[in-house]
Amino acid sequence: MTSDVTRAEVCIAACADTYRESGEVLAHAVGIVPTLGARLAKLTSAPQIVLTDGEAFLMSTPPPLGKSASGGGVIEGWAPFRRIFDILATGRRQSMMGASQIDRFGNQNISLIGDWAQPSRQLIGVRGAPGNTANHRVDYWISRHSPRIFVESVDMVSGVGNDRARAAGPALKYHHLGAIVTNLAVFGFDADGRVMLRSIHPGVDPDEVARNTGFPVDVQNVPLTRIPDAEEVRLVREVLDPRGARSREVPD
Amino acid sequence: MAEKLMTPTEAVASIESGMTIGIGGWGSRRKPMALVRELLRTDVTDLTVVAFGGPDVGLLAAAGKIRKLVYGFVSLDSIPLDPLFTQARERGELDVEEYDEGMFVAGLRAAAARLDFLPIRAGLGSDVLPANPRVATIASPYSDDVYVAMPALPLDVALIHMNRADPQGNGQFLGPDPYFDDLFAMAATSTIMSAEKVVPTEQLLHDSSFHTLLISRMFVSSVVETPRGAHFTTCEPDYDRDEAFQRHYVESAKDPEPWTAFTQRFLSGNEQNYHDAVEAFHQTEGAK
Repeated sequence: MTSDVTRAEVCIAACADTYRESGEVLAHAVGIVPTLGARLAKLTSAPQIVLTDGEAFLMSTPPPLGKSASGGGVIEGWAPFRRIFDILATGRRQSMMGASQIDRFGNQNISLIGDWAQPSRQLIGVRGAPGNTANHRVDYWISRHSPRIFVESVDMVSGVGNDRARAAGPALKYHHLGAIVTNLAVFGFDADGRVMLRSIHPGVDPDEVARNTGFPVDVQNVPLTRIPDAEEVRLVREVLDPRGARSREVPD
Repeated sequence: MAEKLMTPTEAVASIESGMTIGIGGWGSRRKPMALVRELLRTDVTDLTVVAFGGPDVGLLAAAGKIRKLVYGFVSLDSIPLDPLFTQARERGELDVEEYDEGMFVAGLRAAAARLDFLPIRAGLGSDVLPANPRVATIASPYSDDVYVAMPALPLDVALIHMNRADPQGNGQFLGPDPYFDDLFAMAATSTIMSAEKVVPTEQLLHDSSFHTLLISRMFVSSVVETPRGAHFTTCEPDYDRDEAFQRHYVESAKDPEPWTAFTQRFLSGNEQNYHDAVEAFHQTEGAK
């Protein structure tokens, strides 16, 4: 890399870029890097987005990373869980979720590994993934890009992929998968709804991306993910994450 | 008016084997844990449990009380997974209905409104539908849309925990989130409400605004005073989650031997014995 910008900071900027055309929507972000991405977007390219403390409050200034509203920041609204479900049904929301498995059409699984009746590993459950993907834009964050996560087919479709959404008919007209940001690259989707590489992070060997993706992806002639500018890097380091929590999710 | 204020034992005595029990709170937050512990002391079994699950689900599953579990997720929040729940699932011993969280809420709303179902977009295209063959879809009479017809989730009994209550059954939450406790109460034939403190009605608004009056006595049949009754889950602002104890619960739950020791130490006596044992735990190994 030609600067001292870290991989985590490249990932944060890529997450922030998912909000460029979102408008005045609630930003729901799971994980340290996605949370920092949403907060960076609000300070730079998407000042209109609405942040939360991850609990019951909408925050015009977010609390310190990892804290809820009781730890600081400025509250601008109240959105307990019941209101989250009402908001997501209006479509004024955008989520960046994680995935235990994700396939080439963007079907995501966070529920279990193995068989439904007797899973080999019970995970957290589908949570809100079916409803999120049915109602508003969803992006994914994968902190450890590996062939165990990028798989041919997922064990339980929680977040709905593009093939399933098309088959489900007009009631899924609001289905919209955006990007899959990983610690190695950024994916989008082609016209058929298949995962395609949009960019590879600076310093990552394209073969490493291919090796760690459990289905074929074309890694030829893929541009580099943009490096955040000096002001973005300053905001991340000095304002949003002075204690460096981002390197816990993506090591330097 | 019938006397509603009773002991946990008297209140829980209305729960019979085979019933469908809704449990309020969310994950490891404001769970009616004293009522759950009281239920553990009974020989009631074969329950259908409906919950945004936390340690309530783990404890009842480990005690063999659950025949069927209806849930949106089971999590301890600061610790993502409850080992007692994941073990029960991985042994294949639970009959389960797993729903998207929004579908779960729609099911409670349908039950509260005495409807068979409510339409919702959530679930379409996901494996929640094939995993739950009783869930049907329904064509919109107004367009070409086809929605999920989320079936009602009616409850025989709801268990909820509030910060304050009056003896008549009015309940007050003082924390940041009401969760869905009022909806659980309205979806149930009867509701047992525990509270940190039972106060006269005229004291409910001494320190807080009327917006905190979540539960109406119309929907409550029993009121129980259970100080620290949500322990070890959160009950803000009265207390936070007991993270050290939750970690101990999770560590103990990972293997049969420490789990037996845990149940012997904390769950073999009455509620006062439980709180004494927790106090002793903090004095010795678990810094708060």
